Amino acid sequence: MKADRWRMAIAGFLSLLFAPAAPLDAQEKVLLMATTTSTEETGLLDVIAERFKKETGIDLRWTATGTGKALKLGEDCNVDVVMVHAPPAEKKFMEAGFGLNRKEFMYNDFVILGPAADPAGVRGQSVKEALAAIQTKKATFVSRGDKSGTHMMELGLWKNSGLPVPEKEAWYVQTGQGMMATIAVAAEKQGYALADRGTFIKYENILKGDPPLKIVVQGDPGLLNQYSVITVNPAKCPRANSELATRFSDWIAGPRGQAVIKDFTMMGKPLFTPNAK
Amino acid sequence: MAFRKPVSAIRMDFLIEGFIKAIGLLANGDPETFSAISATMTVSAYSLLATLAMGLPLGFCLGYFEFRFKNQVRVAVDTLLALPTVFIGLLVYALFTSRGPLGHWGLLFTLPGIAVGLTILALPIVIALCATAVEGSDRGLRVALISLGASRRQLFLSTLWEARHGVVAAALMAYGRVMTEVGIAMMVGGNIKWRTRTITTAIALETNKGEFAMGIALGLVLLGIAFGVNFAVSFLRKRH
Repeated sequence: MKADRWRMAIAGFLSLLFAPAAPLDAQEKVLLMATTTSTEETGLLDVIAERFKKETGIDLRWTATGTGKALKLGEDCNVDVVMVHAPPAEKKFMEAGFGLNRKEFMYNDFVILGPAADPAGVRGQSVKEALAAIQTKKATFVSRGDKSGTHMMELGLWKNSGLPVPEKEAWYVQTGQGMMATIAVAAEKQGYALADRGTFIKYENILKGDPPLKIVVQGDPGLLNQYSVITVNPAKCPRANSELATRFSDWIAGPRGQAVIKDFTMMGKPLFTPNAK
Repeated sequence: MAFRKPVSAIRMDFLIEGFIKAIGLLANGDPETFSAISATMTVSAYSLLATLAMGLPLGFCLGYFEFRFKNQVRVAVDTLLALPTVFIGLLVYALFTSRGPLGHWGLLFTLPGIAVGLTILALPIVIALCATAVEGSDRGLRVALISLGASRRQLFLSTLWEARHGVVAAALMAYGRVMTEVGIAMMVGGNIKWRTRTITTAIALETNKGEFAMGIALGLVLLGIAFGVNFAVSFLRKRH
């Protein structure tokens, strides 16, 4: 009786410990991608991966991180393909020979978010005017501060506006976190922030269309957010699966992949615009 | 007079929503949740087994035997209790990255890779707690046993038996630590859907997505598992 109970308990404990993991099929065609948080957090990649698998049988897996680390994962040969959005950093990556083929395939745009009350009075201004006003008024500005594509874009905006990056200013808050977390911090602190439109629409959606932060600056040509897919160079990384990577790159930049991106909407709004050449 | 919804009520909303969601996820057998549960269970089991296999003998020796530099070793082990998980994650990443010294093992972005990191995290816990349990076992009993003519082997076994509760506590502590770890799982596992997404990295992702209720739900699922494990262990203890 007592032994039975023991056996039962041990069996229960062990079965709990050894709950089977998802089976790994060695035969499966697997493509590993490093990408940015925005593509994963909006849910776009789930749709892309499902359609891509259905049409080609290739299992797309990804790890989502900032653009800086995504490119580093490509450099270190840990992935077959990268999907990122920081053209200057991508250019360096290509020049160093880490990438084989780079294709621009979609864009969305960045927007400057601010509290509805707009304490720095920047609504409707150009990026340059808005950043200058935020700096002069010392209004809180929340930055990603994580070398992501969005962060690099923001640094470029300060530079192009002829302003120093307010690295050590008390009103300049660097979160070091993802886009949604950064928007949440900006909302809590009633500050301004640069965000990609896709993540902002998602944020609006979560808050049932009435978020405390609104878009205050948009439509400036300098705010274009271009995404590219880069296949890792097999000359640098012999084990990278260049064939599958190329098939993915061709697919996403081809009519079928582009259609998936075009049809991906939230609250009736498209999150990304396909623009493969 | 305008009626304003108190802030605390808003907070409660997503906590309650999270609680209801947690039940829904489990009841409906949500595949993503069960994939994360499975990944968490797998890495916890691998790392706990490896940790106990190495940590129990080491911890026992550290507590039982007298040797030179014993205190220094204790200090070293106790210091390692403070190893930051992100640091372990970086270390293991550096080892397993394709260009790293162990890159050819192909463990980056795999569950066994995460388990290696978790083992490094849990090992000092098991060694330190096990050593403490052995040291704390009744010295008077040892003296009595020796005076009664117990052999070295009998003495050894009785100490082992005396320390059993401490050892179980060490294992439970280590289990709780590895099951709830997020830094190593994120860095080494990469949070890859269906493969290396554990409950904790899923919570991190849901939080980043702003889906707080979903994050709470997954947290409750994790707590439920911890409760199951502890309940099983206390059930076993009661039999004695």
